[in-house]
Amino acid sequence: MPMFDEKNETMPRAELEKLQSERLSALIKRVYDKVPHYRDQMDANGVKPSDIKGVGDLSKLPFTYKDDLRKTYPFGMFTVALEDVVRVHASSGTTGKPTVVGYTQGDIKTWAGLMARSIAAAGGTKKDMVHNAYGYGLFTGGLGAHYGGEALGATVIPVSGGNTKRQIMLMQDFGSTVLLSTPSYALNIAEVMAEMGVDPRSLKLKVGIFGAEPWSDNMREEIEKKLDLVALNIYGLSEVMGPGVSMECLEGRNGLHIFEDHFIAEIIDPETGQQLPYGETGELVFTTITKEAFPVVRYRTKDITRLMPEPCKCGRTHVRMDRIQGRTDDMLIIRGVNLFPTQIEHVLMGIEEVEPHYMLVVDRKGSLDTIEVQVEVSEEVFSDEVKVLEALSKRIQGEIKDLLGVSCSVKLVEPKTIARSEGKAQRVIDNRKI
Amino acid sequence: MKVEQISVFLENKSGRLAEVTDLLARADINLRALSLADTSDFGILRLIVRDTEKAKAVLKEGGFTVGKTEVLAVEVPDRPGGMAGILSALGAKEVNVEYMYAFVHRSGENAVIIFRFDDLDRAIGALKEKGIRILTGEEVCAL
Repeated sequence: MPMFDEKNETMPRAELEKLQSERLSALIKRVYDKVPHYRDQMDANGVKPSDIKGVGDLSKLPFTYKDDLRKTYPFGMFTVALEDVVRVHASSGTTGKPTVVGYTQGDIKTWAGLMARSIAAAGGTKKDMVHNAYGYGLFTGGLGAHYGGEALGATVIPVSGGNTKRQIMLMQDFGSTVLLSTPSYALNIAEVMAEMGVDPRSLKLKVGIFGAEPWSDNMREEIEKKLDLVALNIYGLSEVMGPGVSMECLEGRNGLHIFEDHFIAEIIDPETGQQLPYGETGELVFTTITKEAFPVVRYRTKDITRLMPEPCKCGRTHVRMDRIQGRTDDMLIIRGVNLFPTQIEHVLMGIEEVEPHYMLVVDRKGSLDTIEVQVEVSEEVFSDEVKVLEALSKRIQGEIKDLLGVSCSVKLVEPKTIARSEGKAQRVIDNRKI
Repeated sequence: MKVEQISVFLENKSGRLAEVTDLLARADINLRALSLADTSDFGILRLIVRDTEKAKAVLKEGGFTVGKTEVLAVEVPDRPGGMAGILSALGAKEVNVEYMYAFVHRSGENAVIIFRFDDLDRAIGALKEKGIRILTGEEVCAL
């Protein structure tokens, strides 16, 4: 597959690390000068900008938390004058004020370039019809992917999320070849397509670039089967940039290349904050080394993954991150066992004919946490005999217990009763009053 | 000989059964026989109607999960020992009854019982051997 930026994407590691070190030390000088928050934090930790000579000095720097961004709401972390900011995005403010991020003209160009790299890594070229079903608006998904598609020279359909029947009509009429959406919305599209009697093989879709929520490998297979395309994983978050921070390549399909000429990734132990070696699982932390308006230093993403340093067959030298296993804050602790919704999803998708829609209801009965897994009964699993359905419930219970070590109850529910996603899927209802 | 039965998955929520019967009523479909199997979490409604395909389509359209299976409608003498005779004939041939329910109407002097077997053909053989009458789908609907 032709790369969008081969020189930078295949830069030898030694050269890449040198570049990162130069950019890091320049960044730290700049944020120390321009952003009171960083200056105060560094002073409090006794770190001077001159202490940061390279990537090896990263661990001397304090972390940045989402809460820091809220405290400086809305523009307190910007390093340039507002007149040089050409766009802002904001993340959902379900737990308080939103976090606001800003971009200069240069940032928008960088971002578009990285997103173009991502689409190219999926095999996209200027000949493609990019169907962008990420939401447009304050969320970075829509516009981020949009500018990337244009930078690549592809034709972008800015369809945004929702109105699924119309999306399918446009796919048919315009000949969409590349689909960008959340994985849960891709499944929703597949389902509506089946209802409409549209055969996915009659469409031109060849690849899907899915992200913005954690998903499992079994869900990937499900999407690939139902939409007749190759499903790839993309990662990004507004605080770091937006989509296009890392992207899986079509050749490797195993882990997402982090565009390390722009971002430095670390994996840390979320409890102690200690850096962990390559291969170990922990919290992903990012430092942006080229962003102008809104750089972040050691930003705690709360996403759980590991870094994979092995060379990839695509030829990119940039380190890969494994798919996100979950988030430190949606990790459920059920009777002392750590559990991510994606792990349950993986088990469910592994059971043939179980629908990919599920809901986890967590509750506390007395002093005991309970988890109920709601699964829709499709025609494939339905039987007129009670014992067949009870056997299905027991099988799901047994596999979750075997693989995850948690006892749960399984509730079979009628089809279409679990809300369908038009963006990020809601998978957990936690009724515990703690 | 075999009778088509449709089955519907129901969550244990008030009003769901009424929605099924309401959908069928509006489609002018008459219920010939029905039974509801219930567990603590869900129920399975089994129905025999004249137009199975239409009922299935109407219910699917209404958002229900619907299945179709074959059952036997067997005439059972309406006297002490009538049922016992049939069950012992089946038992002798090692046919397993998955479930059964009574038909609303009578066939002459006899009751009609709907049976779901693990092995339908073996059940037919066992019943015929004993001269027990099995109603066809048409006969069931004509009752």
